[in-house]
Amino acid sequence: MTQFKMHLLVCGGTGCRASESEKLFHNLKHEILEKGLENEVQVITTGCFGFCEKGPIVKVMPDNTFYTQVKPEDAIDIIAEHVIKGRQVTRLLYVNPETEQHVSDSKHMGFYRKQLRIALRNCGFIDPENIEEYISRDGYAALAKCLTEMTPAQVIEEMKKSGLRGRGGGGFPTGLKWEITSKSQSDQKYVVCNADEGDPGAFMDRSILEGDPHSVIEAMAICGYCIGASKGIVYIRAEYPLAVERLKIAMKQSVEYGLLGKNIFGTDFGFEIDIRYGAGAFVCGEETALIHSMEGLRGEPTIKPPFPSVSGYLEKPTNVNNVETFANVPVIINKGADWFASIGSEKSKGTKVFALAGKINNVGLIEVPMGTTLRDIIFEIGGGIKDGKKFKAVQTGGPSGGCLTEKHLDIAIDFDSLTAAGSMMGSGGMIVLDEDDCMVSIAKFYLDFTVEESCGKCAPCRIGNKRLNEMLEKICDGKGTMKDLDLLRNLSHVIKDTSLCGLGQTSPNPVLSTMDNFYDEYLAHIVDHKCPSGQCKALLQYVIEAENCVGCTACARNCPVNAIAGERKGVHVIDQASCIKCGACLEKCKFNAVFIK
Amino acid sequence: MANIKISEQKVLQIEAICKEFNNEKGELINVLHKTQSLVGYLPAEVQEIISKNLNCSLAHIYGVVTFYSFFTMIPKGEFPISICMGTACYVRGAEKVLDEFKRILNVPVGQTTPDGKFSLSCLRCVGACGLAPVVMVGEKVYGRVSPDGVKDIIKEYKQA
Repeated sequence: MTQFKMHLLVCGGTGCRASESEKLFHNLKHEILEKGLENEVQVITTGCFGFCEKGPIVKVMPDNTFYTQVKPEDAIDIIAEHVIKGRQVTRLLYVNPETEQHVSDSKHMGFYRKQLRIALRNCGFIDPENIEEYISRDGYAALAKCLTEMTPAQVIEEMKKSGLRGRGGGGFPTGLKWEITSKSQSDQKYVVCNADEGDPGAFMDRSILEGDPHSVIEAMAICGYCIGASKGIVYIRAEYPLAVERLKIAMKQSVEYGLLGKNIFGTDFGFEIDIRYGAGAFVCGEETALIHSMEGLRGEPTIKPPFPSVSGYLEKPTNVNNVETFANVPVIINKGADWFASIGSEKSKGTKVFALAGKINNVGLIEVPMGTTLRDIIFEIGGGIKDGKKFKAVQTGGPSGGCLTEKHLDIAIDFDSLTAAGSMMGSGGMIVLDEDDCMVSIAKFYLDFTVEESCGKCAPCRIGNKRLNEMLEKICDGKGTMKDLDLLRNLSHVIKDTSLCGLGQTSPNPVLSTMDNFYDEYLAHIVDHKCPSGQCKALLQYVIEAENCVGCTACARNCPVNAIAGERKGVHVIDQASCIKCGACLEKCKFNAVFIK
Repeated sequence: MANIKISEQKVLQIEAICKEFNNEKGELINVLHKTQSLVGYLPAEVQEIISKNLNCSLAHIYGVVTFYSFFTMIPKGEFPISICMGTACYVRGAEKVLDEFKRILNVPVGQTTPDGKFSLSCLRCVGACGLAPVVMVGEKVYGRVSPDGVKDIIKEYKQA
C-alpha cells in the first residue's frame, strides 16, 4: 500500500456538490498529476463536514488546515502553495467574525468547539466509497465482537444500559425495542432502517448515509443478530440519489468482504440487506405506514397494537430504527455502554445531530451532547442571527414540533425538556427565526405541509387540519375574529386527542406553541389588522413618502404590474388597487422613500 | 379502456420491468419508480399495462400513484424546475422566488408550459439548506436564488 504524505479531503455532501465540489475534486487530482505528486498526495471525497454555510470545504491532513468556500479554480493555489511550498492559502481560511483573525484548525472554530461527534464520527474523515477506510477506523469491529464474544442477550443488555433512545423523533429506548422484537417467535424477522427523512429542513440521515454508510450497515447486522433476523431493508427516499448510490456501493463492498451474506466471521449468523424506495410521503416516517409502503401499498398507518415488533413487514416481527439511531450502535459496542451513558443528560444519553438552518450565520449539521443549551447552539455554534437581527424563536421538531423563544434559551435540551417546553426533539430539524418572521405565517406554513401530507385515512387529521389551515389563512388575510382563536385551540386539542397516528397527534403543535408564545401577534392580526413583521401581504400597504421621493423612477421601472405612477423628478404614488405587494419597490428605492404601512 | 398512445417498444420495456420484479404485487412501488424514469410520467395507459402484468386492480395502482408525491400523471417539461419549499428555504424567501417563476412562466405549480419546455413544482428540502433558497432545474442546483435572479435562470434554458 502506498504511504501518502498528505491527504486532501474534499466534501462531497449534497450541499457542497451543489457548489461545484466535484469539479474542485477533479481539478485537485489534475494538478497533482501535473506536478507528479500522485504517489505522495491523495485526494479523497468525504461525506459532509457539517459546516454547509461555508462550503465547499477542503481539509488538508495531517496539518488539519480547514479551507472554506473553495472554488474549483482554487485547486491551483492549494497545490502550488500549500502542498508544494508548505504555505497556507490564507485567503481560503475561515475568518472568525469577532476577532477577524484567520483560523486554520477547525478545532478552534466556534462552530466546532462545543460539538461532540459520535453519530457523525466518520463524516468528513473517510471516503464513504471505500470500505477499508471504514475498517481502519474500527469499522466492523463491533459486529465481530458481538458475533464472536457476546450472546444476543448480552448485546441487548449493553444497548439497554447505554440508554440510547430512538433518534427519529419518538425517543423510545432502542435496547428495549430490540428486546421485544427478539422475544417475538417467528420463522422470519426483519430489521428495517428508516431513512425516509421527510421533515422539511432536516438532512442528518442523508448526511450519515452519504458520509458513513457502513456504520448503518454494521448496526443493522448487529440488530439482526440480536433479534434473530437474517434480512434487513433500508427504506430510503428516492429524492436522495447520492445517498442511495453510496449505500449501494457500501453494501456491495460489505458482501465482497464477507461482512454481509452467509456465515459472517465464520459463525452461523448470516445477514443480507435490501433497499426499498420511498416516493415522497411524510407519513411514511411512521412505522406502520412505512411498512405498508414497503409492501407496495399506500403508506397509510394502522392502529397499534399490534406493534411492528410483533407483526410488521409481511406480518412478521419487524424492528424499525432510524438512521441516526443505528449510526450510534457500533460505537456503543466498541467503547462500552458506560462510556455512552456518561454523555448527555439524565434521561437522554449520548448526543443528538441537528440540522441548523434558517436565519442563522452558520447553517449546517451539528452534533452536540444531550443537555446542551439552545443558547450555546444558536449563539456559539450557530454564530448568532444573520445580518445582526434580533432572535425571535427557534422551531424544533419540524411539522410536529413547536417554537421556543428567548425565555427557553437556557434550558438544557433533551427529549423530555423539549416536550415539557411545548415543542419536541423530532428528528432534529432546528430552524432559527428572526424578528422579520411572522409567527402566524410560520404556523400556517407547517399546516400547509400537514394538510398536503395527511394520508386522509382518519377524519380528525384529514378534515381537522384543513379547517385549522383555513382559519389561519383567514387570520393572515386580516379577516380573523376572536372566536377563531378559541376554535383554533379547541380543534387543535381534538385533533391531537383523536388522530390515528403520530402525524395527526402532533400536527397542531406549531399552532398551539405559537399561540402560547406569541399570542399578541395573533391579536395584532385580528384586532389591529396588522402583521407586526410585515409578512402577511393582505395586511400591509406599500406607500411612498413624498418627502423622501426624488423621482428617480427606479420603483416604477421595477414594478412588475405597473402600479406606480409619477413623472421623472416628481413624487411617485403607488396605486393600492393594482399593487400585488411584491416588495420590489422597497428593495429598489435608494432613498428610503418606500415603507410598509 | 384508454387508447394506448405509447409505442409498442415502450410497452415491451414496461413489461420487462414488471418481469424483473417477478410480476410481484408487493414490488409495485419499485416497478412504478423504474417505469416513471423510463416513460417520464405515469399516465393511465401505463398504469393499465402494469395492472395486467402484476395482476392487481387498476384502482389499487391509481391509489398508490396518487398517494405519493414523487409519482406524476402529468408529463414533466424538458427542463423541470423545482423550488425547495423546505422550512429553511421558506424563511429565507422561497415563496417570493416561486411567485416570480409563476409570473414569468405563467403556469401554476404542478403544470407544464404549453411549449413543453418548463414544468414547475415544489419539493420539500433537498438538504442544501446552507444555500437557501434553493432551486433545481433538472439535476442542477441553484443556491441563494433571489426573485431578481429568476429571469436569468430561465434565460439560461430558453436558448438551449
